[in-house]
Amino acid sequence: MEPKRISAPLTDEMIMELKAGDNLLISGVIYTGRDAAHKKLVELLEKGEEWPVDLKGQIIYYVGPTPAKPGQVIGSAGPTTSGRMDSYTPAVLKYGIKAVIGKGARDESTRKAFQEYKGVYLGATGGAGALLAKRIKDAEVVAYEELGPEAIRKLVVEDFPVTVINDAHGNDLYAEGRKQYAKA
Amino acid sequence: MREVDVKLITDAVAEMSKEANYFLGDDVVQAFEKGLKEEESPVGKEMFSQLLENARIAREEEVPMCQDTGFAVLFVELGQDVKLVGGDFNEAINEGVRRGYTDGFLRKSIVSDPLERANTKDNTPAIIHVEIVPGDQIKLTLAPKGGGSENMSAVGMLKPAQGAKGLVDFVVDTVSKAGPNPCPPVVVGVGFGGTFEKVAYLAKKALLRPLGEPNPDPFYADLEKEMLEKINNLGIGPQGYGGRFTALGVQLEVFPCHIASMPAAVNINCHASRHKERVI
Repeated sequence: MEPKRISAPLTDEMIMELKAGDNLLISGVIYTGRDAAHKKLVELLEKGEEWPVDLKGQIIYYVGPTPAKPGQVIGSAGPTTSGRMDSYTPAVLKYGIKAVIGKGARDESTRKAFQEYKGVYLGATGGAGALLAKRIKDAEVVAYEELGPEAIRKLVVEDFPVTVINDAHGNDLYAEGRKQYAKA
Repeated sequence: MREVDVKLITDAVAEMSKEANYFLGDDVVQAFEKGLKEEESPVGKEMFSQLLENARIAREEEVPMCQDTGFAVLFVELGQDVKLVGGDFNEAINEGVRRGYTDGFLRKSIVSDPLERANTKDNTPAIIHVEIVPGDQIKLTLAPKGGGSENMSAVGMLKPAQGAKGLVDFVVDTVSKAGPNPCPPVVVGVGFGGTFEKVAYLAKKALLRPLGEPNPDPFYADLEKEMLEKINNLGIGPQGYGGRFTALGVQLEVFPCHIASMPAAVNINCHASRHKERVI
């Protein structure tokens, strides 16, 4: 099946068209954020304060790249395990983040939050850090520079390949894929 | 006695750190090619195609295949007729890791304390396992180990009455619970026998065997096949998206054990099953 092409900002209507198992190619802007940045963003939400950068409708990528070699935009940049972000994800979806990219299973309350707030969980290929880095054309730190590799970076990507794992309709590719191919 | 300057160890470890992270072994590449041909799931096939492309880019451009460039785990077979000179053996290894991870643009993933979690900034210390063997050579094997797959590993102190079925069930159940998290298709290292700490060591050591090379004992070779089949029947598939290839191999190492015990350990490796060897 031909991959669908998407770009942020994403609307509820665009999200509702995505189904678990769809292959997507993202072009345009995505933002990096993992454990430490999530913690700070959710603290701001709890205090009712503004985020340092407006991320409504945007896509967050859970990644901690290797250092860039001279001449590289970014080092190898595959996804990290998403489960560590489970405790923050419902709050950032409620804020208006429409998609997150990572790898590995989400807990039940996070899976439900994708339905409730009309968001999607996208999988990038774990361990394909060299391939994924080639699809990143620009990277700049936009917030929390002091966090080093965990700072929030704005990435410009071209044909960045992801697969829909949890859609906004309650479907879960991990559960369905496994059921389809399991043998007794 | 043969004198060996520990600087040679530093140089070897620095080179291996880079090579292990840039150049995926031919055995794993061949397993990906087989997967691309035989995987029934279209999404799974796409994953194998991405992994082959990823390995090619990493090799050609000398960049890490995965951003998790791992904990540097060293297996050293030290000949008993070797006299080490020129410095501290452990520090020589750590200096090699420091140099390899810095010069090679590899990620520094080690924190100095499990609670305080300050990064050591040079990926040291290494985990160092030494076995004294006959001879006057030093064999070094470096196996960088990623965190995602390590987190899904387990030790089980099984009862002898559980027998072979107990072992098989424990291994399959551990991989089943891990699901998509350790970046399947995985390589499954299994330790069986010994003591609590020995069995975990055996499971990790089992991962060093070339993929597809069976246990020399035909009984255990059959058990490896049985476990692989059962794991692949789980349907987890490449990246957990569903499919026939959940594991590329199951590799078992066995050791005698106590009359009261039947320890088993599963060390899961992601598909970036990396290790390099040098003999000095």
